[in-house]
Amino acid sequence: MAAAEYIEPVASPPRENYLNVKYGVKSWLLTRDHKRIALLYLASITFFFFLGGLFALLIRLELLTPAGDLVQAETYNKLFTMHGLVMIFFFLIPSIPAVLGNFLIPMMIGAKDLAFPRLNLLSWYIYVVGALFTLWAVVHGGVDTGWTFYTPYSTASSNGHVIATAVGVFITGFSSILTGLNFIVTIHTMRAPGLTWFRLPLFVWSHYATSLIMVLGTPVLAVTIFMVAVERIFRLGIFDPALGGDPILFQHLFWFYSHPAVYIMILPAMGVISEIVSTFSRKSIFGYKFVAFASVAIAVLGFLVWGHHMFVSGQSVYAGLIFSVLSFFVAIPSAVKVFNWTATMYRGSISWRTPMLYAFGFIGLFTIGGLTGLFLATLGVDVHVHDTYFIIAHFHYIMVGGAIMGYLGGMHYWWPKISGKLYPEGLAKFAALVIFVGFNLTFFPQFILGYMGMPRRYHAYPPEFQVLNVMSTAGASILGIGYILPMAYFIWSMRYGRNAPANPWGATGLEWQTPSPPPTENFIVPPVVDRDPYIYSPEVETIG
Amino acid sequence: MPVTGQSETHEHVVSPGSYVAVFLALLVLTATTTAVAFVDLGPWNTVVALVIAFIKAALVVLIFMHIRWSSRMMKLVIVGGLFWLLILMGLTFSDFASRGWLPIYN
Amino acid sequence: MADARGAGVVHAADGPRELQHHFDSMAQQKDASSLGMWLFLVTEILFFGGLFTAYTIYRWMYSAGFADASRHMDVRLGTINTAVLICSSLTMAMAVHSAARGRRRPLMGFLAATMVLGAAFLGIKAREYAEHIENHLFPGAGFHYAGPHGRPAELFFSLYFAMTGLHALHMIVGFGLLTVLLVQARKGRYGTGWSTPVEMTGLYWHFVDIVWIFLFPLLYLIGRHAH
Repeated sequence: MAAAEYIEPVASPPRENYLNVKYGVKSWLLTRDHKRIALLYLASITFFFFLGGLFALLIRLELLTPAGDLVQAETYNKLFTMHGLVMIFFFLIPSIPAVLGNFLIPMMIGAKDLAFPRLNLLSWYIYVVGALFTLWAVVHGGVDTGWTFYTPYSTASSNGHVIATAVGVFITGFSSILTGLNFIVTIHTMRAPGLTWFRLPLFVWSHYATSLIMVLGTPVLAVTIFMVAVERIFRLGIFDPALGGDPILFQHLFWFYSHPAVYIMILPAMGVISEIVSTFSRKSIFGYKFVAFASVAIAVLGFLVWGHHMFVSGQSVYAGLIFSVLSFFVAIPSAVKVFNWTATMYRGSISWRTPMLYAFGFIGLFTIGGLTGLFLATLGVDVHVHDTYFIIAHFHYIMVGGAIMGYLGGMHYWWPKISGKLYPEGLAKFAALVIFVGFNLTFFPQFILGYMGMPRRYHAYPPEFQVLNVMSTAGASILGIGYILPMAYFIWSMRYGRNAPANPWGATGLEWQTPSPPPTENFIVPPVVDRDPYIYSPEVETIG
Repeated sequence: MPVTGQSETHEHVVSPGSYVAVFLALLVLTATTTAVAFVDLGPWNTVVALVIAFIKAALVVLIFMHIRWSSRMMKLVIVGGLFWLLILMGLTFSDFASRGWLPIYN
Repeated sequence: MADARGAGVVHAADGPRELQHHFDSMAQQKDASSLGMWLFLVTEILFFGGLFTAYTIYRWMYSAGFADASRHMDVRLGTINTAVLICSSLTMAMAVHSAARGRRRPLMGFLAATMVLGAAFLGIKAREYAEHIENHLFPGAGFHYAGPHGRPAELFFSLYFAMTGLHALHMIVGFGLLTVLLVQARKGRYGTGWSTPVEMTGLYWHFVDIVWIFLFPLLYLIGRHAH
């Protein structure tokens, strides 16, 4: 099955699979099946994605005109705070790991489930409880501190629901920690016979690296939020300048997690891209070991650079220098990956399916985002563009142009496996294009705006910035439509889509050796692995 | 059977005698650290206190928590965790320690 | 599978009852449990580590003030509490030892002893807290400190209450775990083939002890030699 556009449909789906084995709300809410838990997460994060998008819409509407005329300044502060909090903690951080990681990792290693299935379900409930705290805060008037919770505003002055939001984020953090713990133990102890570390799919390697960050970084965020909360509740004074406390200390503790957090958001997407690029180039990933080690290198180096968020906060210049140099180093493994994906495609048999479109989008947009990151790592440049729209454009290129495109690419790629249905390919390609155009129209003008000096987190701006802002808002509307399309046709396909075969893309990997959708225990016969990954030859195409 | 990192290299039997010995050592070290605190050693008071604390912690980890007889993997996990904490403390401290180095901060 | 209830030793079967369906063998399950618990303890190292980092920075910045504040701590009670926790670690280790050998009565005894010692620790801590609050050493509006070091002292006590409070919360959770273990032990659930929950709880309990081993000198023993 090389570049042919037509996928042979299957007459009817397999008899019993994980979706129809049991019906009823209880069978879903009390499930231990990692695949069902993945779908529980899918529903929750999709809800929060659209909630975060709603806040974005309001922000962009306000910024259509230079005057602050849609909402008051305080309300605007709440909007960008909630947009950031919801998108980061309740959408991006869980997205790929909790949905695709949960669904696929046991299958990719030939196991029946994760190491701790009940802990997996608990992780989802913890996520929901944390989300409810935050929703409560949103409904009751929100928080206006910025998602970064900088002290002493968050501890002493802010009139918003800081404590409720802090508690919500604290609780949800444990969902992340437990998921990472589950993945690490699973990958170490439950691989199929013959599945050595260097035979693992790169999707598993990138999730292993992500899990290291989740386990090592999130606890520091949790204790930092704990300190903010107790300072607010009990009037302790850990960050209070009046007592000699140092707000910069808060920033060190906060960014120790929050910088590696961006690698939690991008590494899984990189894992998705590795799988997609290999399959749709019909070629083994170039430099497999380099890509695997690069994932771990990103996780490790990512912990050494957090001070680049604090160049102008009052941090010492020498610390700034160290963090600047280290930040240059962290770009290297990411660059290695981009080169290796490109080399994989070279002389490959390219198939322009929707997942591959998203992969192309990812590689281009992530590169732009990453290169602008090097601008920001340069201390001298950052002094000028810090807290401007340049920063906003930079991280949206990586988080939206990178991570979300990786997420959508992965959802399209594995949708047949997850649902047993094929999505409509023509419409999907169109949606991918709409998203790409909408995204660039939204965020490229923001690089220019930031460079010209427009600050972030302001609801009003000088009139000379209006044209670019209008372009950005227009792009955002297009992007919004682009996001609604996949949700609509995925749901449509569950009822009306054609049935999917076990391996619609002719891909390698254990997850394609089992029916679509898979049975609850994943494999009818437990697999044994005797070859490297990404080997394309006729005998690999088996129908499970 | 998958090749996995065994948590214990073999089912090791630790005698109650070893536990009691460690227990007594911990009590002695506790008494020592309190007593030494009242002796003026200048900056070395902190060093001594921390060294004793590390020895006590090591005894608990190695004997009570069985790490002495565990796989390399487990030892690596603990060392890794401690190393990460050092990254947090060390790099954060480097900021505060170097603030006074430039004369502009007057 | 027969539980020899009346006899001294319980032999839990090495087979299906405790082996969860997604694992291939008890050895694999045990491996996974151990690695899981140690990873969790690593998260706890980083969790407490954030507070230790704040402490380190402020102590370095305000060494005189911290030393002065530390002298307001009750060294006697602190030392006694340290000894109490060390005893509880011994009884916990003995509980794990008994569980692995299927000795139900000693297991229950050692678990109960650990709980008693843990409760004693919390009781002494509560007494200390009450004294501090009475002496206006709880930060905030009611804080009142004699001498020139009031501001760093309030920082010190902020950290003191946050760190020991978090530690006490962990002890309470440990207490809950021990209660569950005691109930299960009474039913004869642990024996020569399976005592993993007791071992894992033991690891947790020892870790909480280690946190205190560091908290004690850092909070109680600074600047003791000055007077």
